[in-house]
Amino acid sequence: MTASGASSLVLEVENLAAARGLRILFEGLNFRLSAGETLELRGHNGSGKSTLLRILAGLTRPHDGKVRYSGAGPDQVQGAEHHFLGHLDAVKPSETAAEQAVFWARYFGRDPALAAEAMKRVGLAGREQVPGRGLSAGQKRRLALVRLLVEPRPVWLLDEPTAALDVEGRALVSQLVAEHKARGGMVVAAIHGDGFEGSRTLDVSALPVGAIA
Amino acid sequence: MAVMSIFANPHRFMAVSKWFAWGFTALGSVVILIGVYLGLFVVPPDAVQGDSARIMFVHVPAMWLCLFAYAFMVGASIVSIVWRHALADVAAKSAAPIGAGVTALGLATGSIWGYPTWGTWWEWGDARLVSVLVLFFIYLGYMAIWQAMETPQKAARAAAILCLAGAVNLPIIHFSVEWFATLHQVQMKASNEFKYPMYVVALGYLALFGGLTLLNMRAEIMNTRAEMLAQRRQVTTG
Amino acid sequence: MNGSVSVFVRELKLAWSGGGGAALPVGFFAAACSITPFAVGNAAENLKIAGPGVMWIALALSSLLPMERLFQADLEDGTLDAYAGSGIGMEGVAFAKTFAHWIATGIPLAIVSPVLWIMLQGPPEASFFVIGASLIGSAAFFFFGSIGAALAAGMRRGGLLIALITLPLYVPTMIFGAAGLYAAAKGEGGSSSLMLTAAAALFGVATSPFVAAMALRTAID
Repeated sequence: MTASGASSLVLEVENLAAARGLRILFEGLNFRLSAGETLELRGHNGSGKSTLLRILAGLTRPHDGKVRYSGAGPDQVQGAEHHFLGHLDAVKPSETAAEQAVFWARYFGRDPALAAEAMKRVGLAGREQVPGRGLSAGQKRRLALVRLLVEPRPVWLLDEPTAALDVEGRALVSQLVAEHKARGGMVVAAIHGDGFEGSRTLDVSALPVGAIA
Repeated sequence: MAVMSIFANPHRFMAVSKWFAWGFTALGSVVILIGVYLGLFVVPPDAVQGDSARIMFVHVPAMWLCLFAYAFMVGASIVSIVWRHALADVAAKSAAPIGAGVTALGLATGSIWGYPTWGTWWEWGDARLVSVLVLFFIYLGYMAIWQAMETPQKAARAAAILCLAGAVNLPIIHFSVEWFATLHQVQMKASNEFKYPMYVVALGYLALFGGLTLLNMRAEIMNTRAEMLAQRRQVTTG
Repeated sequence: MNGSVSVFVRELKLAWSGGGGAALPVGFFAAACSITPFAVGNAAENLKIAGPGVMWIALALSSLLPMERLFQADLEDGTLDAYAGSGIGMEGVAFAKTFAHWIATGIPLAIVSPVLWIMLQGPPEASFFVIGASLIGSAAFFFFGSIGAALAAGMRRGGLLIALITLPLYVPTMIFGAAGLYAAAKGEGGSSSLMLTAAAALFGVATSPFVAAMALRTAID
């Protein structure tokens, strides 16, 4: 799997400010991320890590500033250069794990056979027929990772990817991120605990908080 | 983008609006009283409908204002959606209860007028009556969204969407009902020179609407500012 | 098969399996029609007068029932975030989900309608007309309903707000559809009313995904 058109992709954030309700979480954020780089977001709960990821994914509108993805290859569709993994797993209780993996493969227009491979890779082999409600929290997290594997996209935006994962699970995530880096992809991840090798770090809680006048 | 700055620094709006808010309210009230007095005591009874027609001096301007208030909200909602200006959200939210109130007043006075005139308290075949009734429910739904949503920002967005959806819906409803026979064909036959109190009252309503909306907006902004200060106090001490 | 189409297929499966599928709305539809004679009197003439209108109202309310579930679950478990974060337009998602729910629930409602029609003393010859009208009407009710569902998504027990928001949107469909049914009950041609109902439904189908999408983007924000 290659991350098509990724080698020249650049993520630029300019004077970004985020607000939740009336509180300005941070402002004046500037950074530039190139292909092959990872950025870890650190900070206490409520500092704005999730909000920043959601802004980068286009889910939340920034209070101020700009986010720009540039240098994408000609086959890269606007808005389709990233994967967003929120802190919710998007796992349906009534569908089986295999059904959900196949759904995501189909959703991205990929061969459903990739779903089976991905399930093995994330360590859910043997749990294919278990419905979502029968999976543990860690297993649901692993299932959420399947999206990243069935469809190659240059930018991964991950919110607490290792939450609820055991030691093997955390190692799996580190491996996936390392492989993605090697292919020229980029990763922005909010993370607690051990991070990824060779990452830059951004302490979101150290950013200037909006003066509420 | 100065979305928060309205609340962070409402001084300009607050300073300008203070005199207009109270001024319009006072002016409007006085003008309405004058108009009503003219309508009740000065103008002779209508040739066709007699004294019962006098209620039109209250009813007709109320209907004009109910539509105007909604148009105002539609304008504010468009500004809110396109330019995301927080003042537009506040303006629409502030106008809604006044619009709803005047709609209810119009419906009630229309009913009171209808009974002696046409022998019925209500007529479902009348496109205008039904459209206004539906408009009343749209007002209620609009206000309910502001009440029911957790964050005011989301409520503002959702309310603006509803306001515009309602605006599109209203002409359709009007047409739909008209497609079935109407009653309001029995037009008000009253001579023009005695209709002028209506326009006086209408101007009074307009001024009162402006004044009350501004007062509501000021209250809304003060409320929000108080919340922000309380939150800030929490952040620095907590 | 990708994007909205796959969402549609998934939603169809979920709608059929989740919460008994169409059973609840169909049951409600039947129950609401069945208690009419208790309220209106069981004389045939009374039912002929009240029947078509009551059935149409019951159809509208039965279509309102699934609305609370339309976007709520996806919003709560992060699926809507996943869709939005993958770059798909919310319009496609709104249309796919509403269409799927209409097929899963609206069509069963329409199929059951002639039975209830006859029970309410409607002429059996009009049965095909009634099915057609119910198909069109339920489509209108589902798609206009999706606007309310999207606006109230994320609210606990948003059902009441959905009803308040949606009922004004239902009015044209109410008027034209009921007129058509009454014409059919009298044996007169209801086709012009049906045309107008279809126009209202088409308007709903065409515009509601855009309005619902705006509301969904607000809910995610």
